[in-house]
Amino acid sequence: MATLTTVRPPAGETPARRTRRRRRERPGVQGLRRSLRRHWTLYLLMVVPLLWFAVFKYIPMSNAVLAFKSYNVIKGIWGSPWVGWQNFDLFFHNPVFWTLVKNTFVLSLYTVAASFPIAIVLALALNEVRNGVFKRTVQMVTYAPYFISTVVVVSMTILVLSPRLGIVNEGLGFFGVPAIDFLGNPDYFRHIYVWSDVWQTTGYSAVIYLAALAGIDPALHEAARVDGASRLRRILHVDLPGIMPTAVIILVLAVGNIMAIGFEKAFLLQNPLNLSQSEIIATYVYKTGLLNADFSGATAVGLFNSVINLALLLIVNVIAKRVTGNGLWS
Amino acid sequence: MTTLTETTTPASKRLERRAARARRIREPRTDRIFLFCVYLLLGVFLLVVLLPLLYIVASSFSSPEAVSSGRVLFWPVDFSLRGYHAVFENPQIIQGYLNSLFYTVVGTIVSVTMTIAIAYPLSRRTLVGRNVVMTLILFTMLFTGGLIPTYLVVQSAGLLDTRWALIIPQAIGVWQVIIARTYFRTAIPEELVEASQLDGCGDLRFLWSVVIPLAKPMIAVVALMYAIMQWNSYFDALIYLKNPDLFPLQLVLRNILILNTTGGGAVDASVVIQRQQLADLLKYSLIVVASVPVLLIYPFVARYFTKGILIGAVKG
Repeated sequence: MATLTTVRPPAGETPARRTRRRRRERPGVQGLRRSLRRHWTLYLLMVVPLLWFAVFKYIPMSNAVLAFKSYNVIKGIWGSPWVGWQNFDLFFHNPVFWTLVKNTFVLSLYTVAASFPIAIVLALALNEVRNGVFKRTVQMVTYAPYFISTVVVVSMTILVLSPRLGIVNEGLGFFGVPAIDFLGNPDYFRHIYVWSDVWQTTGYSAVIYLAALAGIDPALHEAARVDGASRLRRILHVDLPGIMPTAVIILVLAVGNIMAIGFEKAFLLQNPLNLSQSEIIATYVYKTGLLNADFSGATAVGLFNSVINLALLLIVNVIAKRVTGNGLWS
Repeated sequence: MTTLTETTTPASKRLERRAARARRIREPRTDRIFLFCVYLLLGVFLLVVLLPLLYIVASSFSSPEAVSSGRVLFWPVDFSLRGYHAVFENPQIIQGYLNSLFYTVVGTIVSVTMTIAIAYPLSRRTLVGRNVVMTLILFTMLFTGGLIPTYLVVQSAGLLDTRWALIIPQAIGVWQVIIARTYFRTAIPEELVEASQLDGCGDLRFLWSVVIPLAKPMIAVVALMYAIMQWNSYFDALIYLKNPDLFPLQLVLRNILILNTTGGGAVDASVVIQRQQLADLLKYSLIVVASVPVLLIYPFVARYFTKGILIGAVKG
């Protein structure tokens, strides 16, 4: 994650080499001209991908002005008349506004709160078991669902929870509990969403922590053992501090993604019965924008979402840096 | 003599053993209990992930009647391949499968080419302006225009309802660019560049005949990431495609599995029941069929995949 910062000079470079390069590659227009002459084939190579970024990433950003316009198909994006904050006003005063914001927030905070610690627990537990068939089996199996598509995971969830045939209701029936229509009841939606997500991604998320654990100096563990620390104490005082920097970065990114919570899954799990809990900003944008063709309104909602998202990421990053000294752009 | 040695040897051995035990740090009993709990916990993790998968697979190999009466648990009941027959008799599914294969193969080739084309120049330290470009690329990870503005671009590019709509708009993943760039930086020593330049080798030739062969493991990882993404995606098809002939498998799956669209009206009640049973069974088999390609390659690539995540995640 911290590769977001790899603009600094690479490790293992001698100062002498660096000064030599600095002299050779003087920054500024002159340096650029010289570099262009020398590496023109490489610059040429970048043209198509850069055009791609311009067209599919930066033009959409500029298209977001649509949020302040009343879109007219014939006049186009730039020809359409300005309406100021009207689209935002409409959204803020829409009775669904608070429901959408609340659903989005609660759903993603719940996801973070559930999957973040569980992935760490899985990694710590796997780390305690020395190499063996058991460890590899657990890792292989828990990692596998990550490769299954969202459509399939949602279908599996629906099948497993189905009131008519699902194995969960079979199990409940065994204990005399009457069948529950999990997907038809809005109260269950959040739990279904979050726990199926945990089921799918925990093994994958644990890999990053396992790598961080492998990077901890074994001497620390040995010293702790000599001092008579039990396994639990070594986890608490050696392993946990060791994976802290990684965990903080993952947490920052997770919180920064709160508003960007997956359209795909919420949309697939949605049905008219659970809509009161399952309608989130992303699904609302899809419905108003593409199904009802209110391009300007949907763009405004989307822009609101993106801005909140970016702001959250920056705020959490600042807090994380203050508190732990770690963050993106360390 | 003999009696002496016989009596002293066990004694010294015992001493030695005791000394060795003292030197080794003893595992306290609490640790053994703790380790037992760890195994227990991992066992629970294993079962929780494994059992739903087993249930689906077992159901898919059972008879329609067994599935409908809820007799299947984690082992097939009345082994039958009826579900799979139904899957492969459905023209929609076959078409979706072929479409997905096309999107996956072509999409991966396009994506990998584009990724190398941007990541390699950005990895060269003597390229002026690479930090500006990198920042611009990374920024797209933090802020996006949103669904509608992107849709309008795809629309005005004339891509709507064409196969290219599923390939071009998501051709490059920033994450993959980071992985490729980090790999090029760390695995291709600067000395190699300088040596080849002395031999009169240009940048492009160097990329083609030195860098790419050296980067094969990374290219494989990135290609697989793109391939799996393509194979599993349905959202772009949902918004950009109207023509059912172009639908990828995942969208067909959604229509059958989640929207429950099973065609055909019937007259006879028993026929309706039978058809309903088969439709239920088909879902299980379909899930298996759709996941097989990805899960088949999974054991071979998991290790490299892990490495790929780490290149992207750990400071490098």
